[in-house]
Amino acid sequence: MGAIGAGIAAIGAGIGIGLIGSKAMEAIARQPEAVGDIRNNMILTAALVEGAALFAIVVGLLAG
Amino acid sequence: MKVKFNLFSGLIFGIILSLFSTPILASDDESKSSSGGSYDPVGTVLDHISDKNEFHVWEHVHIPLPCILYAPDHGWSFFMSSKFDHGHKAIDGYVLNHGRVNRIADPEFPQGEVDLHGTHIESKNITTADGKEKTVYSINYHDHEYMIDPPSTVDGGFVGGGITSFYDFSITKNVATMLLAAILLGWLFITVARRYKKNEGKAPSGIQNFIEPFFLFIRDEVTRPMIGEKHYERFQPFIMSLFFFILFCNLMGLIPFFPGGANVTGNLAVTLALAFITFLVVNLSGKKDYWEHIFWMPGIPAWVKIILTPVEILSLFIKPFSLMIRLFANISAGHIIILSLIGLIFLFKDTGQLGGAPTGIIVGGAFTAFMNLIELLVAFLQAFIFAILTASYIGAAVEEHHHEEAH
Repeated sequence: MGAIGAGIAAIGAGIGIGLIGSKAMEAIARQPEAVGDIRNNMILTAALVEGAALFAIVVGLLAG
Repeated sequence: MKVKFNLFSGLIFGIILSLFSTPILASDDESKSSSGGSYDPVGTVLDHISDKNEFHVWEHVHIPLPCILYAPDHGWSFFMSSKFDHGHKAIDGYVLNHGRVNRIADPEFPQGEVDLHGTHIESKNITTADGKEKTVYSINYHDHEYMIDPPSTVDGGFVGGGITSFYDFSITKNVATMLLAAILLGWLFITVARRYKKNEGKAPSGIQNFIEPFFLFIRDEVTRPMIGEKHYERFQPFIMSLFFFILFCNLMGLIPFFPGGANVTGNLAVTLALAFITFLVVNLSGKKDYWEHIFWMPGIPAWVKIILTPVEILSLFIKPFSLMIRLFANISAGHIIILSLIGLIFLFKDTGQLGGAPTGIIVGGAFTAFMNLIELLVAFLQAFIFAILTASYIGAAVEEHHHEEAH
């Protein structure tokens, strides 16, 4: 059961980080000169999304 | 031009790393699988990512590490791990179990050096009172079964540990690797600092060229935008230390042979310590505005404050906790994936299907090379994320708000 929960959490993080990446790409295409700022904020936001997913994964695996 | 060169040399470094890692990890695992019957993928992977009390170099070559042990009913014990003779001897009731010091707490077990040839540590799975599965170890000595205690951990039973009959303060494999990383960093930065003194006003030379882009990157992309023009210089050394320490530990974890090979930043205790230091730095540098925003957020109705205050207090602890879990999970997951791919070779060899071991070497080796490149990226990325998140938390703590304008 825990492994299934961890898998579902990974799906959520995948969708979230995918959306961040797609929007960042669009933003870079519109404003190539802002690539540095966009990249940093993209990594930061992706790390926060990933953090929530990792909580779910750790809880899922601990629950067995 | 500079960025291109860095990417290119990184790629070469990754390829060399993976070329080296494949055969050496393989020979390491082979010795285990041939001595222990058929290959056990889960056991081998967990054995490789766990901390040890001795440093495995090659086949039967181990570097002994000092053991510093304390048991409340026995007092302190100091000795080198080579005295265990790779688990064939017990010293004052301490034994080596899968490379880790464990203790036989039973007072009937003889003290001093005890020869354990002809017997071995047995494991069995039991179900504890609260319904959890647990692995316990025991040893059969002179027709009497003695239970073996693992070292105490501070997790309070949350991840299966807890306080047992002894405490382990040893210089383990992880601690030795951390000390090595600290010495390397100390040497590197003292050399560079001397260079700056000598070359004052001149163009950087030698190893300075290697460090300066990193330094400028951390200053211009991490601390200055996140902490703010006014305070960033005060926190620059801390963020730099965090970044480089995590980076060096990550990279040393990727080196599969002797000076590296320890899963340092994939150890929950190490990331806990790093996150705890961050927690202290953030909250001790918190200004009046920071605490006001936590305990009594200005500019919102009172009934919302009652809900928001507990959430804000919780977030004080969740922030460093997520730093801890993120680094641990990312690095551990990388190590587990690489070891599993190497394990494919032995799984192919055991089944003998689809061409056996050679197919495993081609498939596992190719995937391992690919994963090593990704892990090289992750090593930099996780160090960067830890640094930038710490900087943003510090930035929130030292920021001075102007309520009359903002709200």
